[in-house]
Amino acid sequence: MDAQVLLNISNLHAGYGKIRALKGINLQVRQGEIVALLGSNGAGKSTTLKAISGLLLPEEGSIEWEGASIRGLAPHRIAERGVIHVPEGRRIFSGLTVLENLELGAFTIRKEKRLVKEGIEQAFALFPRLKERAKQLAGTLSGGEQQMLAISRGLMARPRLLMLDEPSMGLAPIVVQEIMAIIAEINRQGVTILLIEQNAKAALRLAHRGYVMETGRIIMEDEADVLYRDEKIVKAYLGA
Amino acid sequence: MNTLVQTLIDGLVIGAFYSLIALGYTMVFGIIKLLNFAHGDLYMLGAFIGYSLLSLVTGNGEGAAGLLGIAVVLLLTMTVVGVIGMGIERIAYRPLLLAPRLSILITAIGVSLILENGSMAIWGAQYQVYPLQLPQTGWSFGGAQLTYTQVAIIAISVLLMAGLQLFVRHSIYGKAMRAIALDQTASSLMGIDVHRVIALTFFIGAALAAGAGVMAGAYYGTINFMMGFIIGLKAFTAAVLGGIGNLPGAMVGGLLLGLIETAGTLVLGGSWKDVVAFSILIVILVCKPTGILGEKVTERM
Ligand SMILES: Nc1ncnc2c1ncn2[C@@H]1O[C@H](COP(=O)(O)OP(=O)(O)O)[C@@H](O)[C@H]1O
Ligand SMILES: [Mg+2]
Repeated sequence: MDAQVLLNISNLHAGYGKIRALKGINLQVRQGEIVALLGSNGAGKSTTLKAISGLLLPEEGSIEWEGASIRGLAPHRIAERGVIHVPEGRRIFSGLTVLENLELGAFTIRKEKRLVKEGIEQAFALFPRLKERAKQLAGTLSGGEQQMLAISRGLMARPRLLMLDEPSMGLAPIVVQEIMAIIAEINRQGVTILLIEQNAKAALRLAHRGYVMETGRIIMEDEADVLYRDEKIVKAYLGA
Repeated sequence: MNTLVQTLIDGLVIGAFYSLIALGYTMVFGIIKLLNFAHGDLYMLGAFIGYSLLSLVTGNGEGAAGLLGIAVVLLLTMTVVGVIGMGIERIAYRPLLLAPRLSILITAIGVSLILENGSMAIWGAQYQVYPLQLPQTGWSFGGAQLTYTQVAIIAISVLLMAGLQLFVRHSIYGKAMRAIALDQTASSLMGIDVHRVIALTFFIGAALAAGAGVMAGAYYGTINFMMGFIIGLKAFTAAVLGGIGNLPGAMVGGLLLGLIETAGTLVLGGSWKDVVAFSILIVILVCKPTGILGEKVTERM
């Protein structure tokens, strides 16, 4: 567990106007890990990701990526550094084709045509159903396919850290399993992952470590299997 | 028969101007949901900057500009006005992107007044004669006349529109434009510099309007600081007719409006020209606000 710390967040405070959504978050992600960020609805998980990716300006605290502060940078600058945020609700470009969505995912590496082409091939290998629908408008895909597209689009940028916000939301259990397996596979290929999930059990089965949030604070942090075995915790905070 | 053909030809030329201006309207609306009421004045600005540049080339119309000279003036004017369009976005609109919609709309009207009065201060309130003699010759068939100038205007317009369509459909920045029109936040998460792409959109829209301005100046022969006002509203009508936010819609809407207006003028008389155009706007707004190529709101540009 001495791998390099990629992302180091300390004492992070953030909110929306008067609402204080994060009240002093400390969180680390190391090279090669899957870290699960868990907690009930409204705990502040999505807000944490928004602060990291630059969508929300923190009020206090530091966010360091590979040893340098990224706090206050514009979202596109943070994406350029290899920190890619796949937001809640997928947010694919419904009026563009599947292929165009993927090409836009590769915006930061657009000049390296060969890498873009390889990325598209890899996405199609990972999700053959996207290949069949390459020329189709993304809005015509099923929920599961849209999530697959959102993940693939995030991968197109060759991220060093992929942050996934509730990838299983609204999907049938069989599709959830498929998505979880793909996340594990992406991680085996070397991508570090920060994963938000409502489905705590499923997330902890994949993850190396986990954090549990409640009302803007981190109330627990441990190895994933320790959290997984602690029935009391899982019942009390994770609603599983 | 010959008047019908003539109407078609004249309508196409006017329609081409409408289309070029309508494109900027519709692109800006697509990307930041702003009805840029200063857009018609960029057409006027193009006509005047082209006028000043041509005066330099031809020595106030005494010499000939030559095809190369005209082409250079056209491109230079489009570039200059494109940059002015970007400046307007940066100074007047960007600070208001998060403000209530009405603030930015009123600002657009303010920008329009500044451009009109600024141009009047620089070039004067009187009509200026365009310093360019274009050939009045061409082909005539059975009474109808198609001049070389008209052919050139239509050809240049088609070229510009085809170029735009290729850019928006196939280049990565064109795709980024369409993505931002759908979801700015998601676009920024892909590493797209949203402000930069919005600025690019303003550049292209302003440059197209300026191109129309230079061609209109050359075609009609005289220009005036208020010439962008009515045509701006007509281009807006064309954009609405085609479905606001929709690029092919703006092209089709402009051509259609030019044709209908010219035909209406033929039937009702010249003084009814604007009435015809704005009646169309009202009918479309009442009957089919999404326009003829109107799509769902989620599929802009
Ligand atoms: N755009 C917003 N405006 C105002 N409050 C918000 C906004 N987004 C989230 N919140 C509030 O911030 C808190 C944390 O929300 P969020 O981070 O979305 O929680 P989670 O992702 O853990 O469900 C909640 O109280 C929520 O109501
Ligand atoms: Mg959330």
